[in-house]
Amino acid sequence: MARLSALLAALAVAGLTLGPVAAVLVRAGGWGALGPGEVQALRFTLVQALLSAGLSVALAVPVARALARRRFPGRGVLVALMGAPFILPVIVAVLGLIAVFGQNGLVNTALRVLGLPGITIYGIHGVVLAHVFFNLPLAVRLLLQGWLAIPAERFRLAASLGLRPWALFRVLEAPMLLRIAPGAFAVIFVICLSSFAVALTLGGGPRATTVELAIYQAVRFEFDLGRAALLSVIQLGLALTAGLVALRLGAGAGFGAGLDRALPRWDGQGLSARITDALWIGLAALFLLAPLMMVVLRGLGGLALLGPGTWEAAGHSVSVALASTALCLLWALPLSTRGGELVGLAGIALSPLVLGTGLFLILRPYVNPFVLALPVTTLINALVSLPFALRILRPEAEAVRADYTRLAQALGLTPLAWLRLVLLPRLRRPLGFAAGLTAALSIGDLGVIALFADPDRATLPLQVYRLMGSYQMEAAAGAALLLLCLSFGAFWLFDRGGRIHAET
Amino acid sequence: MKATTIFAAGLFTAGAALAETPVLTIYAGDYVASEWGPGPKIEEMFEAECNCDLQFKPGDLLPRLLLEGDRTEADVVFGLNTDVTRKARESGLFAPHNVDLSPLTLPIAWTDEIFLPYNYGHTAFVYNTERLAEPPASFEALLDAPDDLKIVIQDPRSSISGLATVLWVQTVYGDGAEAAWEKLAPKILTVTKGWSESYGLFTDGEADMVMSYTTSPAYHIIAEEDRTKKAAIFPEGHYFMVELAAKVAGTDQPELADQFMAFLLSEPFQEMIATGNWSIPAALPREKWPEGFRELELPEKVLFYSEDEAAALREPAIEAWRRALSR
Repeated sequence: MARLSALLAALAVAGLTLGPVAAVLVRAGGWGALGPGEVQALRFTLVQALLSAGLSVALAVPVARALARRRFPGRGVLVALMGAPFILPVIVAVLGLIAVFGQNGLVNTALRVLGLPGITIYGIHGVVLAHVFFNLPLAVRLLLQGWLAIPAERFRLAASLGLRPWALFRVLEAPMLLRIAPGAFAVIFVICLSSFAVALTLGGGPRATTVELAIYQAVRFEFDLGRAALLSVIQLGLALTAGLVALRLGAGAGFGAGLDRALPRWDGQGLSARITDALWIGLAALFLLAPLMMVVLRGLGGLALLGPGTWEAAGHSVSVALASTALCLLWALPLSTRGGELVGLAGIALSPLVLGTGLFLILRPYVNPFVLALPVTTLINALVSLPFALRILRPEAEAVRADYTRLAQALGLTPLAWLRLVLLPRLRRPLGFAAGLTAALSIGDLGVIALFADPDRATLPLQVYRLMGSYQMEAAAGAALLLLCLSFGAFWLFDRGGRIHAET
Repeated sequence: MKATTIFAAGLFTAGAALAETPVLTIYAGDYVASEWGPGPKIEEMFEAECNCDLQFKPGDLLPRLLLEGDRTEADVVFGLNTDVTRKARESGLFAPHNVDLSPLTLPIAWTDEIFLPYNYGHTAFVYNTERLAEPPASFEALLDAPDDLKIVIQDPRSSISGLATVLWVQTVYGDGAEAAWEKLAPKILTVTKGWSESYGLFTDGEADMVMSYTTSPAYHIIAEEDRTKKAAIFPEGHYFMVELAAKVAGTDQPELADQFMAFLLSEPFQEMIATGNWSIPAALPREKWPEGFRELELPEKVLFYSEDEAAALREPAIEAWRRALSR
């Protein structure tokens, strides 16, 4: 039963990713060839993705550790708010970053006042900065979850044994990091592989060309579908390699079951530890929240300019988000195994442009694609969110299976009872987090490619682009703020819901 | 386009509709159908005279059409550009427009039987007079300007205005295009995916000049009464950008499609399109342009590549740009 549903879920992912590539390939009549520009793009894509993922995870370790062992008023709100960059639509986030780090941004203005030379955000460092801005929140949350999943009994034991901080790190925290960090690295690496608008806007020119741009050019301008298919298969291959390596590295065993008790920490109470933690939390909060504040400030004036079209688009975005969240969780539960997580990575690794074109080619003979705009958006959003949902659910789902299967077998639990009494209650926190992330991502996502655009059923991100395309920069900033509020609101509601009565 | 449109019951599409009035389906660029684009106005004006239902289908115009081939639902496409028309023409999907071209008031001669122009503009660097009191007076002066003059441009591989930019440099500098780009490179703050991102950066004060159109200042004059945004006019000339419509050969509403094509050059449409699409009307004498447009400074010399030249030069021009900016 469980096997069958896992198989079906995996087949659905494989079909939805390989099917469109195959359709594009058939239509193109064969693979295309790579030019000199593409080789350069491939190299840049790899370098920036490695740097971005490495930095995001490395910086997340001290931040997550500080958050795991500190309790202070407003901590919950801060943790939630710090997650917001990850769910922002790219264009909104980039404008927020530019408002802070740009030529005319806060940092450069301050430097000018002090008489210091300015900095520039444009170049590979800008691309990496933006990717860290987007993905540090995800890395922090994934690691924080790892920390919180260490049963309180282990810390209690460590305290009664009088372990020094370093010994505690070696015995409890390092093994956890080795288990969680490779997966976090892989997911972020794969996200950065398909980066497009960030790399282009902040990259400063063709030196910062990514593979995704080459795909865009091949599909939109040159109609060279063979080359698009080739590039997207290369991208898929890179992502799956990263996934396999991470799977290898992150294969350690968990900590075993605890009594689900709340977690007081005995370590890190010294003054220097407190100061370090406060510093890390403060810096991370400043880095992540300042651009968000700028988005809010710039958008306030534009809110009044929003027409009925924008509100309608917001309605579509919310209904799509709810449907994709339900679909994504149903999809993720049977796949929350090591193999399943690898399969799931394919969802974000495949270029959305090739995915859209392929689906269009497959569906076009049977139905009118305009009518399917929202259902297809829902489906793709669920597919694209799947890797994140799995990354969040898998470690804990596996731990629950490892710790409780024997008990369940001894009691003869039916699959349904297992789900209801053991798995779901124990997965509440990650489920809430995963649902919040999926909902937020699908509100913020540009959704399906313009091939499926329907004039009467625009989603909010599309509306932001349309407003910008018609000189309505102020209204666009207002719509972006609305988008930020909606996606953050959705994230907050689900994530909160998962944490009620949970001691984190 | 079909007499009755088939409505599959999608997740969110509720209800069905019976279309008794004939439907004219128009594929258009994405911004056209938005509440701020010209789409709603066009729909209102044309439906008043055609007794039909005009439906815009916004999105990736040409890729979608090429994917669909002769099974396309489109009756008319609206918003093509000369730099991509050769690909469109080669597809054989279009029929002659049969519209009398004598009312055209374009700065170049136009005899195309398939693609019908409805508005135009030119590439230009737009600046803010409060920030840049003395803009470069020529392209040459721009190349020689100090490197702290910052400009934003669009990527020719992902945007039509970016493509027009590299063709502009190609017309002005020919074989020296790569060297010209090399001189321009340190002044380029960044290259964006599309026009919107660039213009957003410019209005946020990130850059001194933005690659845009000679008609951009008209928006600020008319909609915002702001006269600080100007296009720098260069004596070397400016690249001509025209927007085109075409009738789909396999249309099942040929009369309506013909009527729409003729409507594009009619005076009411031409008077509307200036402020509807923020571009210069293709068939309207200057005296009849809206006030703000008559104020615009326009280039004396207009540069233009035919579609064959554009198709042949595209790749080398983009490659020269890429090499120069990759150094």
